[in-house]
Amino acid sequence: MMISSRVFGDNGKVKEYHYTGPVEHKFSPYAFNGGTVLAVAGEDFALVASDTRLSEGYSIHSRDSPKCYKLTDTTVIGCSGFHGDCLTLTKIIEARLKMYKHSNNKNMTSGAIAAMLSTILYGKRFFPYYVYNIIGGLDEEGRGARDTYKAGGSASAMLQPLLDNQIGFKNMENVEQVPLTLEKAVQLVKDVFISAAERDVYTGDALKICIITKEGVREEIVPLRKD
Amino acid sequence: MALQDVCGFLETLDDISPCTYLPNEMGYMRRTPFEFDRDSAFHFLPPPQQCSRKNRAPTLFSSTFSSLSPHQQPFQLSHGTTTLGFIFQDGVIAAADTRASCKGLICCPISQKIMPIHSHLVVNTSGSGADCMLWERILTREMRLYQLRHRKRLSVNGAAKLLSMMLHPFKGTNVCVAATLCGWDGEETQETLQSCMEIADVKKAVEQDSNVSAISDESAQGSVKMASINEQDEISKDTQALNPTVSDQNTKNVQSTFGGRSGPRVCYVCSDGLQLKGEIISVGSGSPYAYAVLDDGWRWGMTVDEAVALAREAVFRATHWDAYSGNNVDLFHITAHGWRRRDREDLKEEYYREREREKKKIKEREKERQKREGDELVEGEGDIYSVHCG
Repeated sequence: MMISSRVFGDNGKVKEYHYTGPVEHKFSPYAFNGGTVLAVAGEDFALVASDTRLSEGYSIHSRDSPKCYKLTDTTVIGCSGFHGDCLTLTKIIEARLKMYKHSNNKNMTSGAIAAMLSTILYGKRFFPYYVYNIIGGLDEEGRGARDTYKAGGSASAMLQPLLDNQIGFKNMENVEQVPLTLEKAVQLVKDVFISAAERDVYTGDALKICIITKEGVREEIVPLRKD
Repeated sequence: MALQDVCGFLETLDDISPCTYLPNEMGYMRRTPFEFDRDSAFHFLPPPQQCSRKNRAPTLFSSTFSSLSPHQQPFQLSHGTTTLGFIFQDGVIAAADTRASCKGLICCPISQKIMPIHSHLVVNTSGSGADCMLWERILTREMRLYQLRHRKRLSVNGAAKLLSMMLHPFKGTNVCVAATLCGWDGEETQETLQSCMEIADVKKAVEQDSNVSAISDESAQGSVKMASINEQDEISKDTQALNPTVSDQNTKNVQSTFGGRSGPRVCYVCSDGLQLKGEIISVGSGSPYAYAVLDDGWRWGMTVDEAVALAREAVFRATHWDAYSGNNVDLFHITAHGWRRRDREDLKEEYYREREREKKKIKEREKERQKREGDELVEGEGDIYSVHCG
């Protein structure tokens, strides 16, 4: 909850600056905690990246709160939005994954997790989870999805057109469409987040990239602007 | 489960338990679609209003929000689209754009708004994207169950009624589904073919009368059309063609009189409960523009190519004028043999082609104007007025 500053008068009573008329206060169950998530996939890899800043209003709650959550060896989910709902949602997904594992004796595939998430989210259609989710992963055979990408969260509107241009080769004429390699994708993600941190107040502090290949999930942390 | 219900015992809410809010004694009529199959994955909370009506011990969540009005959503649902469907002598055309927008942002420029339900039915969805996806899945499931139980496909009107009934419990909430069901009714058996032929005879007789009362400005075109279709009637009757579409009548009032057990159908269902039948239906923020083009070019006797071109043009114009429609156009054509999908077309190309055509037209007009002025300068004897009047 944000603490607003007030001016105290001579006798200790709170002095308001302007009289704005009667104000109705209402409890809002939502808060916006910022953060950007990004997922890119290539032929044989997928990566999910997020910044690690947790903010609310004008304050920063934490500089080390990453928004990627590893679900299985082949799937990572990025959740940003309202942190309370992110935590609850990931707990519910992890519980459902365990239940699936126990009753079906195998891990859920990335596609199945996405379908399940869709029904979990719709289950709260009339009191939604305020979370922007992106799932990145490989399918059962270790294949990614060629040249797919998605940005979500506070800086998504800035990042999505840039990714459309660099990975999807959109809005350009006469360009050679080279397939995306892992090294280029990681470099691109780093550049893109550095740009986002420059222009979006809710993005910054550090960048965490989860790289999913058939060897498993590897993490990389890159510092970003702290202001 | 039964004892639980009688005692009014409610388990703590978790996402996988079946929906226990509705009292079981109400029985079949009050079942929500989510109770049709208790093992299915679609278990979720009904809208808050229903919780507060029951005299049950409130659980954690219902007490929190049964007394509050629905929360101010922190984000907008996706809306804004252009979809259309119309029938003509050779089937149904369903077309839609592919832009999914969320307030000001385009969430997905390549979404698919036309979903096939079964081989002869396709649904154009508009409204909230999540609601449309889910309800389309529920409708597909229910129609498949109907088909398995009754050994015949549910008609388009029947599917519309089913969808309308399923959406009714959510009236008043902000579920927003506006679906256009486009399909072909009827089986392709010899029996129905025979009955169609019989109906066609009677219809033809009525057509002769309606020919006389045709609208004056359309009469010339109309009579030519009717003549060609009457000829086709003759041919089809003689050769006993499998396709009964040609023998269908071509005037609106005759069709409604006889019902027509098989043939193309378009039906609109809305989450408010509205259900409309018609020949041309267009939904969405771009629908006024689409209607303008469709009303201008639609005739019952169109060929397939004309119909496809008309649908494409309508969506293209709507995407041009409406900010919330755009990107590509999807087109489905449904006949007695099933649906066929046309390749998705990027309207950017069409826009540039249009610009080229305009440029050419302007150049030609410019050339003509210059030619005319040149002629007048030669002819005219310095009289300034003749040049202006030319």
